[in-house]
Amino acid sequence: MQYKSQAVAKPYFIAAIGLFLGQILFGLIMGYQYVVGDFLFPAIPFNVARMVHTNLLIVWILFGFMGSAYYLIPEEAETELFSPKLAWLMFWVFLVAGALTIVGYLTVPYATLASMTGNDILATMGREFLEQPLPTKVGIVIVALVFLFNISMTVLKGRKTSISLVLLLGLWGLAIFFLFSFYNPSNLVLDKYFWWWTVHLWVEGVWELILGAMLAFVLIKITGVDREVIEKWLYIIIAMTLITGIIGTGHHYFWIGTPEYWQWFGSVFSALEPIPFFMMTVFAFNMVNRRRREHPNKAATLWALGTGVMSFLGAGVWGFLHTLAPVNFYTHGTQITAAHGHMAFYGAYVMVNLTMISYAMPMLRGRSANSRSSQVMEMWAFWLMTISIVCITLFLTAAGILQIWLQRMGTSPMSFMDAQDQIRIFYWAREFSGLVFLVGLVLYIWSFFFKNSEAQAAE
Amino acid sequence: MNETFTKAMARNIFYGGAVFFFLLFLALTFDTVQTLPKRDHRENITDSVVRGKHIWETRDCIGCHTLLGEGAYFAPELGNVYKRRGGDFIKMWIKGQPTGAPGRRQMPQFDLNDQQLDDMVAFLKWTSEINTNNWPPNIEG
Repeated sequence: MQYKSQAVAKPYFIAAIGLFLGQILFGLIMGYQYVVGDFLFPAIPFNVARMVHTNLLIVWILFGFMGSAYYLIPEEAETELFSPKLAWLMFWVFLVAGALTIVGYLTVPYATLASMTGNDILATMGREFLEQPLPTKVGIVIVALVFLFNISMTVLKGRKTSISLVLLLGLWGLAIFFLFSFYNPSNLVLDKYFWWWTVHLWVEGVWELILGAMLAFVLIKITGVDREVIEKWLYIIIAMTLITGIIGTGHHYFWIGTPEYWQWFGSVFSALEPIPFFMMTVFAFNMVNRRRREHPNKAATLWALGTGVMSFLGAGVWGFLHTLAPVNFYTHGTQITAAHGHMAFYGAYVMVNLTMISYAMPMLRGRSANSRSSQVMEMWAFWLMTISIVCITLFLTAAGILQIWLQRMGTSPMSFMDAQDQIRIFYWAREFSGLVFLVGLVLYIWSFFFKNSEAQAAE
Repeated sequence: MNETFTKAMARNIFYGGAVFFFLLFLALTFDTVQTLPKRDHRENITDSVVRGKHIWETRDCIGCHTLLGEGAYFAPELGNVYKRRGGDFIKMWIKGQPTGAPGRRQMPQFDLNDQQLDDMVAFLKWTSEINTNNWPPNIEG
């Protein structure tokens, strides 16, 4: 750690990992409800568990992004953070707002929560991933703006590198496209059309800029490869991301009432979306192979390589699998979508955050890398979580294929629930894989508590 | 990547590409918004449909069901449920929840009054009439 103010990243990373654990526990509840339908009913109905699961995911990834920015920006700008105090204040605002929202979901019926929080004044709730009450949404905007002010001022007074510019662009884009969550017309088609401007333009647009910048930063640090080379790669990867991904939004506009031409635009451009992810994989391996130093943090290197591979598989390959309109006609809204969602989110945004945390946390704790035993434990966690997410994805893909076959093909299609009953075995297998994932996550958390007496001092 | 391809060139492709394709996206969006009235039949969005959408949202129906294929995959598609089951069945079904059948997936009881049930049906009826390019593949959703 070169700048004192980078220390503010630490609480963000700790909160991120804590919320990650919560996300997985609620995932396991939902996975169990898929096979034992009345589990925890009516205390925690499936829709409540799902809100908690997905909202915790979003919030902890945002915590990870913000912590990463607070760590990365001072080092790139070669100056102290503009205001560590503001960063601390926003940490508590975001954590308390997030916690209250989750408590609200779990303790109050959703309709009551909506009327308590002003949803009748400006209705924004009850849309997938944007279920947060109005005050929470406003809070997210305030936290994002103060955060952006803080890091933008830091960059303005310091060195301006391509990595910090790309990161800033991504984070500003994140804040701007979130504003569409406040637009909820009574026409469902328009609602859905612009809902994707938040959801798609986040995860297949500006978030990839953030991902690229974080990965580039860690690769510079652990490989010692020339910054010019890494930043050139970064630009070309994110160029391909936006060239394919913006019009690629069209793959969500096949069947929601929008014109037929989106089937062409969406299919062609989103079929190209794997390209930037493939380049990311090549990039990560290339840089590590051309490394000019042996960084003692092997775990961070493993996470960085893993991000390249798993984001390509999850977002690239599993996205392509169902993105062409004639295929998507059958797969739309089935377990295939769920399979893709799990591996893409893990491979891209979970893993890049864990890469950053793996690299930065030892530094924040005053050493360049953790002890060997701690790193071995972390690498066990890497493999357990990664292999189990692959298994979850494969089981859900199998479930999806059968679901489509039973419910959407042939002359005597089954009803939804009859088809679900036929594919229970895959849901059991998914739940078992989820338990292995939890074991991996517990080992990951445990690796932070290892004695590090033998660890190397910070550089 | 070779030396003749510089970082500045990569940066220019990024900015140029992003701006060009975002403008194209805006143009397509403009055209879509112009075309939509013919496809979404917005003249049929009554006050009842508007209230129905509000009920749909404030009960977080999307947390279990899909609507035009978007949402959760825990319970049936409802974009075409009006055509599959009809309005009376929908109302009876909502009123009859939860079934309490052991081990089966349960839907909460939302205590909707008759007016709210009518609004819910109106919203689902309007939704079922959107031109979705013939999706879903069959009536089962």
